[in-house]
Amino acid sequence: MNPRILAATTGRILRQLRHDRRTIALLVVVPAVLLTLVYFMYADQPTPPGQPTTFDRIALVMLGIFPFVIMFLVTSIAMLRERTSGTLERLLTTPLGKLDLLFGYGIAFGLAAAVQAAIAAAVAYWVFDLDTAGNIGLVIGIAVLDAVLGVALGLLCSAFARTEFQAVQFLPVVVVPQLLLCGLFVARDQMAGWLQALSDAFPLSYAIEALQEVGAHAEPTGRMWRDVAVDPRRRRRGRRGGARR
Amino acid sequence: MDDAIAVRDLVVDRGGRRVLDGVTCRVPRGTVTGLLGPSGSGKTTFMRAVVGVQVVAGGTVTVLGQPAGTPALRQRVGYLTQAPSVYADLTVRENARYFAALYGRGRGEADRAIRDVGLAPAAGQLVATLSGGQRSRASLACALVGEPELVILDEPTVGQDPVLRADLWARFHAMAAAGTTLLVSSHVMDEAARCDRLLLIRQGRLIADDTPAAVRAAAGVDDLDEAFLRLIRAGEAATTSTDAAATREATA
Repeated sequence: MNPRILAATTGRILRQLRHDRRTIALLVVVPAVLLTLVYFMYADQPTPPGQPTTFDRIALVMLGIFPFVIMFLVTSIAMLRERTSGTLERLLTTPLGKLDLLFGYGIAFGLAAAVQAAIAAAVAYWVFDLDTAGNIGLVIGIAVLDAVLGVALGLLCSAFARTEFQAVQFLPVVVVPQLLLCGLFVARDQMAGWLQALSDAFPLSYAIEALQEVGAHAEPTGRMWRDVAVDPRRRRRGRRGGARR
Repeated sequence: MDDAIAVRDLVVDRGGRRVLDGVTCRVPRGTVTGLLGPSGSGKTTFMRAVVGVQVVAGGTVTVLGQPAGTPALRQRVGYLTQAPSVYADLTVRENARYFAALYGRGRGEADRAIRDVGLAPAAGQLVATLSGGQRSRASLACALVGEPELVILDEPTVGQDPVLRADLWARFHAMAAAGTTLLVSSHVMDEAARCDRLLLIRQGRLIADDTPAAVRAAAGVDDLDEAFLRLIRAGEAATTSTDAAATREATA
């Protein structure tokens, strides 16, 4: 890796994003709209005393899921576009290394995700009174990690897809099972053993658990830090796969 | 060591078909060498082998003294793909600056490369809004911006206005005079006359490797198009007579 080339590549990807105003608008607006939807869905639900409201529970998890899903999609399509437009082959004839490109995407989309997560969190906390025991900064930090996880998985899947059509098909294959088993629908300790094993293998489970820990405890917990630590390890594995062509 | 490119017995198979069949040739430094042949003759595959992105089945390709595809060569070789490969959602200037940065060059070099291909008036325009010819010139600017020692250009002048085409060829010769080696592919014969040397390729085989004057002399005609045709016919006649001889031997 070369810092100059990495910086140039990150800048180039952000510049491409800047020219695409509609994508920026979607990145910023969609999470807020979906949160609004969830807020009104559960507005009239009774809350058992001493428990967080349903909105608090779901909105918190959604703050982690948005960046993950959106960055997964954006990354796999962006990478496929590099390939189909011929720019990828051209880049490989320049001094740029594969890692420069992979980390360039990771950093650029990670930054975009940080903006997105900050806006979504601001809406959740200040418009809809999201209440968590832990700090909003931790929530945003974990959401950014989720986004980077999405970028890494997107890069990995783009290595197995020849066309954009195929890349989009990886969403149900890679993302949906993780959403189902991450503990949002059924608590992880209430699942059948083999489902729990699957859930343990999915990186998103740790991301969601980390968010739930922040929701339940005022101080960062040991379990949260462990979850945060598991996340990047899997991410690195994803990256290495993505480097294969 | 005066050769920028030295190719020996290059064989390439793509999609189960033999695309290059034992090509051997040299490209001397500081020249403009034309790679000519009809569509599908293997020109692009040959160029890909030289930049090192093509899997080869046999033979060797030596570029600037090193095996093709060596990482150290990437700084020294510029490649223009046949389909313009620049970012459509960036402006011409942003594209040129990005590729300049990859080669460790600055904004000044990027702006000069844009001027050199005659795109200065459109520098601030998104590539997506350019015409086909402008787009391929934007791509050309990105190939030249690193000031490489060896430039591989796959059909750089297709769809360009005649005046501009003449400008580009003048530019190529100025670069060669300054020591750069250029390998330029084309399927237009009138461009062949502008080259210092010619490689004529057809169905994966090299038919001629000489100066335009020598090619004309060998074929006995002044028109290069006609010369190319005669060389092909002569080659075919030779193969047919050897085939016929082989058949006669087999029957005997």
